[in-house]
Amino acid sequence: MPDYVSAFHGERHRFADLREVLAKASPRRSGDELAGLAAASDAQRVAARSVLADLPLRVFLDEPLVPYETDEVTRLILDTHDAAGFAALAHLTVGGFRDWLLSYEATPERLAELARAITPEMAAAASKLMRNQDLISVASRCRVTTAFRNTQGLAGRLGSRLQPNHPTDDLRGIAAATLDGLLYGTGDAVIGVNPASDNVTNCIALLEMLDGLRQRHDIPTQTCVLTHVTNAIEIMRRGAPVDLVFQSVAGTEAANTGFGVNLGLLREARDAALSLRRGTVGDNVMYFETGQGAALSAGAHHGIDQQTVEARAYAVARAFEPLLVNTVVGFIGPEYLFDGKQIIRAGLEDHFCGKLLGLPMGCDVCYTNHAEADQDDMDTLMTLLTVAGVTFLIAVPGSDDVMLNYQSASFHDMLYLRSQLRVRAAPEFEAWLERMEMTDRAGRIRQLEPRTARLLAGPADAPA
Amino acid sequence: MPPPDPWERLRAATRARIGLGRVGDALPLKALLEFQLAHARARDAVHAPLDTGAIADAIRPAPSVIVTSAAPDRPSYLRRPDLGRMLDPASRAALAGHETAAGYDLVFVIADGLSPIAVRHHAVKLLRACVTRLAGWSLAPAVIATQARVALGDEIGECLGARMCAVLIGERPGLSVADSLGVYLTHAPCIGRRDSERNCISNIHANGLSYEVAAELLAWLMTEARHRKLTGVGLKDDRGAILSERGHDRLE
Repeated sequence: MPDYVSAFHGERHRFADLREVLAKASPRRSGDELAGLAAASDAQRVAARSVLADLPLRVFLDEPLVPYETDEVTRLILDTHDAAGFAALAHLTVGGFRDWLLSYEATPERLAELARAITPEMAAAASKLMRNQDLISVASRCRVTTAFRNTQGLAGRLGSRLQPNHPTDDLRGIAAATLDGLLYGTGDAVIGVNPASDNVTNCIALLEMLDGLRQRHDIPTQTCVLTHVTNAIEIMRRGAPVDLVFQSVAGTEAANTGFGVNLGLLREARDAALSLRRGTVGDNVMYFETGQGAALSAGAHHGIDQQTVEARAYAVARAFEPLLVNTVVGFIGPEYLFDGKQIIRAGLEDHFCGKLLGLPMGCDVCYTNHAEADQDDMDTLMTLLTVAGVTFLIAVPGSDDVMLNYQSASFHDMLYLRSQLRVRAAPEFEAWLERMEMTDRAGRIRQLEPRTARLLAGPADAPA
Repeated sequence: MPPPDPWERLRAATRARIGLGRVGDALPLKALLEFQLAHARARDAVHAPLDTGAIADAIRPAPSVIVTSAAPDRPSYLRRPDLGRMLDPASRAALAGHETAAGYDLVFVIADGLSPIAVRHHAVKLLRACVTRLAGWSLAPAVIATQARVALGDEIGECLGARMCAVLIGERPGLSVADSLGVYLTHAPCIGRRDSERNCISNIHANGLSYEVAAELLAWLMTEARHRKLTGVGLKDDRGAILSERGHDRLE
């Protein structure tokens, strides 16, 4: 049992266990304060970091934060750990691991080889010893590509999820928002609707409308209705067009139980989606969302800080080879991430941990109206994430999600990021935009008069 | 005659901000300012204090008690939902003075929640529409609560000896609606009730559910709850009206 005592610069601090070291080493955030886990002072926070830095990296293999016997996420993490790959890291402390990640030795190839040797707790621990620029630097070297009807995650690319939600799932309203987004060249990652009603018949109507739109214009993208995995299984059983199976996941078995899922159920859903063989350039059929605070709000965090338990959710996700994963970083509210500063930090941490673990990590850059955040904070986060090589971002019309009542990035924001940071949509999708005469010679999205856009020729009348 | 703008027809199908146009890659200034105004209104709705005296005056001659949660101010309320679910000691004492031997059939709690503006606009009118449908019920004094979450009604109901509690509370403001009111009904309120033990009616505002429709539904739920001795997932609205189980997510 390691000793969790710090005498950093003459101040003595003692920590009860590994969970306390991790929690107190975390940057200040309201969710850890709410859980009673946060450092009592800034000095104690730094002391915890100094203790964490000196721990051997393998402590996370020897001392599971949630018992192996009672938690299937812990079992998944340890049973699928790449012990042979870990041999290259086994001599390191957590601090040494952080330094190695930042060294020139940590090339994209080396990081990809080591992804399965790194556990979520190792990634989270290293992140606590990193500044924002460190999180960006390392994440930008992690390359994760996935594919379904197009390829996500290639260098120099930024995907976008077109999120055309409507408060009553009105098919015309959702089609209108989808067309709006397509005219900005968004939607290569997925055209994904959060249904207002989880009713299976309703979800099938949405899927059929989106699939019809996709087929009519031969769009090389995938569609998704973000309903519970058990609904997706039923929807597939009824023969409706399911490209991607969606599920929210969390980092402990108990929190996943709160979501009504377990690993077996996710496996069953993935098998069903694979059997449909709807992908053309790849067969990554899963889409997961996560977010700091989910485990605590379910009372299922086991005394672990919210960032570390969030990283454990990525172990769940990577077991199912997803096309897309994103953290919904500011959605849960100020009791978990209080303001723009906390949301920005959490977004960068989640992206870093996800990428390091080998996930196609995206982000819903977002906030609610009771958080201390605004569009300026979102501009900062989306710019930083794109510099960090984020796989995709979520975009809604004019940043205003009229169903979920929060603010996300906009279609305009995707244009800004492409111009400013020279990133592009997935190659297959980009070729489609050219075929549709939606791009100019410089590759920018043309500002089309609605009546001249080929996309608007019919679909406005399509869903009756 | 110029050809019709296709966005006109599409806009009729959704409140979403579609067809905004562009200046380069950016949002045109008019759309930017409209967004900023909507966000400002939503934030103002969260932070505006509830004028509890005005609510008490508006419901007179019916009696009322003004209480506050253990969250001392708005920043604490936003950071610590647990404090918003507990009464402060002085408020607990104030409620104890209203206990009666027979107890009450029902207590209405008017709670600021995340939109005091919603309470100011809709709570009293909704309360009146409900009370006229509850002839024969013994009503506790209405409790007006600030820095309050839904579950504060559990402790209030317990203190007063009420057999049922209806919390009228401001819902989390969105850009399109900043003054939406929700109602949470809990049978046998006591500390520790789970959210699955409540029924919710949400989206009560000028363009949402009307006072009359909401009051009719609430009165039906109350009658059923008294009869079946429960609220929550075991009490579905089998009249086929709107009963949102998602309302709680939006609020908390």
